[in-house]
Amino acid sequence: MNSNSTMTTVMPHAIAKPAVTPLALVGLAAGLAVAVGAAFWFSDYHLFQLTMVVVYAIAILGLSIVTGFNGQISLGHGAFYAIGAYVTAILMDKYDVPYFYTLPASAVVCAGVGFLIGLPALRLGGLYLALTTFALAVAIPQLLKHKALEDFTGGVQGIVILKPDPPFGLPINGDQWLYLFTLGVGCIMFLLAWNLLRGRIGRAMRAIRDRAVAAEAMGIDIAMLKTRTFAVSAMFTGIAGSLGAIAVQFVAPDSFTVFLSIEFFVGMVVGGAASIGGAVFGAFFIQFVPNLADQISKAAPGAVRGIILIIFLYLAPAGMAGLTRMAIRRLRRPKPTGA
Amino acid sequence: MNSASTSAASPSVANEGSSAALMSVQGIVVRFGGVVAVGGVSFDVGRRQICGLIGPNGAGKTTLFNCISGIYKYNEGDILFEGNSIRSTPRHRMAGLGIGRTFQNVALFRSMTVRDNILVGAHQLGKSGFIANALRLPFVRAEDERAEAKTDSLLDLLDLRKVAEELAGGLPFGWQKRVELARALIGEPKLLLLDEPAGGLNHGEVEELEGLLRQIREHFDLSILLVEHHMNLVMRVSDKVVALEFGIKIADGTPDEVRNEPEVIRAYLGESDDDDSH
Repeated sequence: MNSNSTMTTVMPHAIAKPAVTPLALVGLAAGLAVAVGAAFWFSDYHLFQLTMVVVYAIAILGLSIVTGFNGQISLGHGAFYAIGAYVTAILMDKYDVPYFYTLPASAVVCAGVGFLIGLPALRLGGLYLALTTFALAVAIPQLLKHKALEDFTGGVQGIVILKPDPPFGLPINGDQWLYLFTLGVGCIMFLLAWNLLRGRIGRAMRAIRDRAVAAEAMGIDIAMLKTRTFAVSAMFTGIAGSLGAIAVQFVAPDSFTVFLSIEFFVGMVVGGAASIGGAVFGAFFIQFVPNLADQISKAAPGAVRGIILIIFLYLAPAGMAGLTRMAIRRLRRPKPTGA
Repeated sequence: MNSASTSAASPSVANEGSSAALMSVQGIVVRFGGVVAVGGVSFDVGRRQICGLIGPNGAGKTTLFNCISGIYKYNEGDILFEGNSIRSTPRHRMAGLGIGRTFQNVALFRSMTVRDNILVGAHQLGKSGFIANALRLPFVRAEDERAEAKTDSLLDLLDLRKVAEELAGGLPFGWQKRVELARALIGEPKLLLLDEPAGGLNHGEVEELEGLLRQIREHFDLSILLVEHHMNLVMRVSDKVVALEFGIKIADGTPDEVRNEPEVIRAYLGESDDDDSH
């Protein structure tokens, strides 16, 4: 109860029904065409950055499912990202598993870990869940360095993995392939999330967020739904971690500090907490705003980032998604004042 | 779900046990610490019956109501629904049994549209899970389409069509109450529990509500148990009225019988200064 009201006041998310209008379809197709075209326009470095945008978008989408749509605050999704990354790196490095086969493995592991953590943590709910997940994020880098796991994780040194080659003799380089592969997986993940969130289960998630007592009276098994939501959310972010590991070709404990979790959280809020498209915007934000801040002030990039964030949230309190929704509403309903 | 087998078996059980009552409240006692909120109340609600539950503040109406909807556990006695005890039924299974409800001060999903609010009410009719939904398998699509069609007919019945895509939290109170009613009805309840449906409504709206309740009973073939302060509404719309005072039943019968019951007259008109026994 308490947690729900906190969520709704912090994030006034109003998800409109995702109606598939012809215009939206055209827009989506155009966006996809640009995304694919980007593989051939940008230099390798910028392509790498775009690959990471897709990776972050999936990670933020995962967080958004549990926090934005289900109202359970997680401050530790970086942990699932790390687990996904390590599952992929270990499978590729120690067991010579091809990179694409590591994704389902990482999905299963992360969903499992998410479920197990969700089981007790979600009964606590609200702020306690936030702290439990935060604790997980704090613990993960140290666990990865731990001696008992060193044979697998490579300890502080981490694991270096090889960049995958383009398949079928495609006339593109490794970076282009990596980007297109990540983009393809990203599209599948977003489609799955959209299906999940617009139907019976997605409505139940949002119902629990808005009013748990009433959701229960509608026949929704709250504990079951919350734990599974947490597992699905962990799975999404874990797959993002796998893709991130392949893209960076390296995993090490210190890439997955608690700051990563906070970045995801920022990305989610900036995009609009309960928004599928917002996750993409949030990913662009956390990928490029640090660069932008660096260019503005070499001396205090952190301060610049903080200011950009505050200005943005002042202008768009419900995130980018909220801003877009408001704009669409304005355009659709021209007030008949003068006419 | 085993609800199909339960309802198939229920007529015989009901006939033997509790004279074909849909729900039978049998000697319910609820204590909060040392305070007895409900002290052994019994009554039946028949099929297709509208039953009003009345009483001064603190009479135990809401406590009893919360027992029937599974929010509170009762200490003694039992509540039988179609002949089966609901003592150990988890709250999220009540809707599946056929017990739908509305809330005293309206508990809508405020940031969801009116349409989505009503669709959530259909949750217990569906059975698709996470994976089927993510893949949007054909049966999920069919399930969704059925729920959408039912939602459309309820939007029309309750005159909510023009606000279907608006956020529920932004609607006037009277409209929100209708959304809540639609949300309860889409789940196909056999018993509809209404907690002060007239509370906060103006005179005209109460009159509409009276017609609506009758219409709902005919249209959906269900029983209604309403807890209500609005005496005129209860007396006009109910087939049967149960009056409580200090957690004890003081009258039970047709509206006329209850209205003329000396105990009821005393409770309402006599020394009614001693209300609120919380």
